Amino acid sequence: MDATLLNISSVSKHFGGFTALNDVSIAIARGERFGLIGPNGSGKTTLINCVAGSLRNDTGSIEFNGEEVSRLPAWQRTRRGIARSFQIPRPFASMTVLENLLVPLEYVAHRGPLHKADTRGEALALLQDIGLADKAGVLASRLSQVELRKMELARAMAARPRLLISDEAMAGLSSNEVTEVLGILFRLNARGITIIMIEHIMQAVMRFSQRVVCLDAGRIICEGTPEETVANGDVQRAYLGA
Amino acid sequence: MKFWIPACLLLAAAAAAALLVKNEYFFFAGYTVLMFVVLATAWNILGGYAGYVNFGTPAFFGLGAYTAAVLFKAFALPLVLQILAAAVMSGLLGLVAGMLTLRLRGIFFAIATIALVVIMETLFINWRYAGGATGLQLLRPPPTAPFESYIKMLFVLMGAMAVGAVALARWVERSWIGRGLHAIRDSEEAAECSGVPTLRLKVFACVLSGALMGAAGAPMPMYLSFIEPASTFNLNYAIGALASPMIGGTTHYLGPVIGALLLSSLQQLVTVTVSSEMNVLIVGVLLVVFVVLAPEGIVGLWRKWTRRSST
Repeated sequence: MDATLLNISSVSKHFGGFTALNDVSIAIARGERFGLIGPNGSGKTTLINCVAGSLRNDTGSIEFNGEEVSRLPAWQRTRRGIARSFQIPRPFASMTVLENLLVPLEYVAHRGPLHKADTRGEALALLQDIGLADKAGVLASRLSQVELRKMELARAMAARPRLLISDEAMAGLSSNEVTEVLGILFRLNARGITIIMIEHIMQAVMRFSQRVVCLDAGRIICEGTPEETVANGDVQRAYLGA
Repeated sequence: MKFWIPACLLLAAAAAAALLVKNEYFFFAGYTVLMFVVLATAWNILGGYAGYVNFGTPAFFGLGAYTAAVLFKAFALPLVLQILAAAVMSGLLGLVAGMLTLRLRGIFFAIATIALVVIMETLFINWRYAGGATGLQLLRPPPTAPFESYIKMLFVLMGAMAVGAVALARWVERSWIGRGLHAIRDSEEAAECSGVPTLRLKVFACVLSGALMGAAGAPMPMYLSFIEPASTFNLNYAIGALASPMIGGTTHYLGPVIGALLLSSLQQLVTVTVSSEMNVLIVGVLLVVFVVLAPEGIVGLWRKWTRRSST
């Protein structure tokens, strides 16, 4: 089996005259913990939208598990093993927490009209694992910020992904809560799930990532270990504007 | 069983009443009420479950009615076949319109459906064989035994269609399809990223909804012995089909049924007792009251009330 799970090569994306991504190439190995950083508007979310299928890249290719996926709609990519959480949580607000998880369970893991799996039991197990079991019957619109983030991760996990993209899952959380969510991501990674983390909280990225790429104005300006990235002059300039 | 036993009992009662009660007016009015039950239930599959507000009810309804009328004129096809053909035609319209417009979200989709009504009406105004702008007079065949009047027969038929439509909506609501539509209503992007094929589900809902609306329109030419474009593609059908679920509640299959029974009965009552112009006002007032005071409709009020009394 190929060691590369996700191969992004020469991907560009334009919005009108604005270049959001300019010839970006990244290869991510199976089981890797990968950090994606960059200042606001640098193209991080655009890149993962192209990977997850919410946007289509203009040029370049995205290979997942050896298959070109850049023309597939998002739901087919999810079924192939790409799951994500959203920067601004997008819960199914009028469903309970448990029902939120039933959506990917019924549409990915146990799809088909005649499937009689115990999806509720499975959803509950996922919630227990992530520490939300006591909220199973609560409407998603009633959750706190950290609970929403956890629910999004649990919902992503319900799709049984090979690759989990966490888009600023820790934004706006307290440091205790950041540690808690980091713990969850470490646990998922230990089970063999490749994780791409987009994050502004540098301590989190530094602790979590084995490798970091920094984007600025749609281009990769630095790639390396967390230590190398932080020491890099271009990265400091991009963030501090010095 | 909890659904089928009461549904069959109601239908049997309707049939018994049609055979025993002499006054024809009740069935004439009841037919309209039941027709709105079908239309509201059909509308709710796309508008309520998936949250795609559709103003195109008259297009689907009217195409169904004209399909039936033209088939009757050309081949004297029996009523049941007219209804089936109407459902197929309006379902196809749902497929084409859905593929073209369901990529649009929110208000843009709603606008596109209004355009659909105008297109369909223009089409039939200009089709001479179907009567053009002046309409088409149709001679009813004799009613099928055991019914002695055609209106009573249509009443029972529409009752059966209402039961069928509600059963279909109930099945959709409780299946994985309903869960997917619900996810689309809450967040289309999150649904897509949870593996829900959003466009396919929306088109499916649009086809089913359109087919049921077409079926509801099919007996209309026989009901009136006449068909013409202006009243067939009337926007009042859109408003009735939309207002009933809003009043009854969009999240449960009984919502549109309750809403349609209430609203249409009231409209029939007002038409007879006050004036036929008043009934449009009733819809408007009720709609405003419910949207402001009870956005989840009667079903929502009921749920709130039972929850409060249980705690």
